[in-house]
Amino acid sequence: MTLKKNILALRQKKAIVQKGGGDKAIEKQAAMGKLTARERILALLDADSFHEYDMFVEHEERNFGMDSKELPGDGVITGTGTIKGAPICIYAQDFTVMGGSLGLKHARKITKIMDHALKMKVPCIGINDSGGARIQEGIGALAGYGEIFYRNTMASGVIPQISVILGPCAGGAVYSPALTDFVFVVENISKMFITGPNVIETVLGEKISQEDLGGARVHAEITGNAHFYALSEIECLNQIKELVSLIPHSNQQKAERIEPRKPKFRKKIENIIPSDPKQPYDVREVIFALTDESKFLEVQELWAPNIVIGFGRMDGETIGFVANQPMYLAGVLDCDASDKAARFIRFCDAFNIPILTLEDMPGYLPGVDQEHAGVIRHGAKMLYAYSEATVPKITVILRKAYGGGYIAMNSRHLGADFMFAWPGAEIAVMGPEGAANIIFRKEIMEAEDEEAMRQQKVQEYIEKFANPYVAASKGYIDAVIEPEETRELVLHALEVSKNKDDHRPYKKHGVPPF
Amino acid sequence: MKAKKETPEYTDFAVTARKYKTQLTRKYQNRKMWVNPNPFEIQSFIPGTILQISASEGEVVNEGAPLLILEAMKMQNRIEMPFTARIKKINVQVGDRVPKDTLMIELEAVDPE
Repeated sequence: MTLKKNILALRQKKAIVQKGGGDKAIEKQAAMGKLTARERILALLDADSFHEYDMFVEHEERNFGMDSKELPGDGVITGTGTIKGAPICIYAQDFTVMGGSLGLKHARKITKIMDHALKMKVPCIGINDSGGARIQEGIGALAGYGEIFYRNTMASGVIPQISVILGPCAGGAVYSPALTDFVFVVENISKMFITGPNVIETVLGEKISQEDLGGARVHAEITGNAHFYALSEIECLNQIKELVSLIPHSNQQKAERIEPRKPKFRKKIENIIPSDPKQPYDVREVIFALTDESKFLEVQELWAPNIVIGFGRMDGETIGFVANQPMYLAGVLDCDASDKAARFIRFCDAFNIPILTLEDMPGYLPGVDQEHAGVIRHGAKMLYAYSEATVPKITVILRKAYGGGYIAMNSRHLGADFMFAWPGAEIAVMGPEGAANIIFRKEIMEAEDEEAMRQQKVQEYIEKFANPYVAASKGYIDAVIEPEETRELVLHALEVSKNKDDHRPYKKHGVPPF
Repeated sequence: MKAKKETPEYTDFAVTARKYKTQLTRKYQNRKMWVNPNPFEIQSFIPGTILQISASEGEVVNEGAPLLILEAMKMQNRIEMPFTARIKKINVQVGDRVPKDTLMIELEAVDPE
């Protein structure tokens, strides 16, 4: 009989913790258009799969009247569960409990579940909704953040780490998401900044709203801190589910292969690309023509749209796509595009995801702002990431491949395993106009009709050099292929790369141009 | 699969010798154009408050002499005369809060005697 009593007491204790900050605080949370931490976890995970731990952890702060304060769960919910069958560890900060503020015990619950994720080799998802450090705990809160950052770093490249910003995430707190692989934000709900509008106004006199300073759109489009942008929490949770189903549980596994499907995209692949190299098109259509069911999960869609990155499946297997996007800035490489692609390439390499590069790029973006922003250093990240990667690396040159960009976009010279080019590809040191102007400068200047001579020389250059056959004659391109053959050949390349075994010289770690 | 159906507006965009039809990003359009710095214009290198002005218009000030104190981030930054010149115009007053890159003082050359 006493056991029954104990069970009832346990249920009562649990019910109190599950209420979080209580009805009033929950009402407030709802009024802000936000789900509660528990609702979020339950909506994200498979039904009945969530199991919570450390419900009864209590803070130990005794100053500033904290000794009499009870904080259910210390403001964070932690546990394990599954997403579409994939096991994951998760934590969600509970804004209804003292504004989700982070104290030492709150942080220790997070680090404990992170340690668990790292040991069990499963992805770790963190839902951030917190006013920041719990000021009453002082240095204890700072210690907590530091311990989280350390684990983010230790887990980097071992298990996928996902951060979901569903509320404020300010000050030091922003660095945990920044260290993780994917950051999800929601319009009007996510706010991320190091110093908020109040401090900025006091110190610098600059007036700006939270939304304009560090809202979802800003991070999705301007800073590149966010990888996925959604208009509602539910849309955001669905994006997470899709991502989790596409990536492996750890660096010791491959992403789960599913039943292969044919692309749904019906347009003839060779009709997507205008033959005039000056005309734009949407390179995502080429991706749709290649992927199973024409599905593609684009990463960082709004930031540096001149390069497209994301995941799709081919023959049921997850592939990482990197593609120049002529629709934006003519598909040039610039600081942001290089940064974006480099990080993605490193994620794919760390997690055994083959990389397919689709190339159509006119070069690097010219401009003082680019040079001064360090396009040399940022551009180098991409060279580094491609060279370093040991997963199967396949490139298809669709149209233009000029100069430094040709080298950067996973060229043979950086270790590409397969280099294909469409017959209209122009592989050259620069565009024909520029090249002709330099090589035939004398002839053009001495001609009676300079413009006619220039056109003639440009034409000559196009015929002789702006094609895939010069590169093919040197073995830099393995095969010049018909566009319709692309999917079949890429699938074949993936098939024969299954046992790829590529080693790097021993090192503690490289020194990439961060 | 969500290819855009409506045709976007394309503009001419020059990369080296060739112009491509493409769209510009908001970030690209909002980028700051480079202006050659004019040595006769003294601008604020950081947003802040003018605490003190030590020169007056028309005065010839020697290189290295203090011009004004710009307080920013609780630091008092002493702005000095970059070279000997005449103060043509002072555009700020004590107590002014100035954004970054504000033209604070204009100089003019003094004829070497």
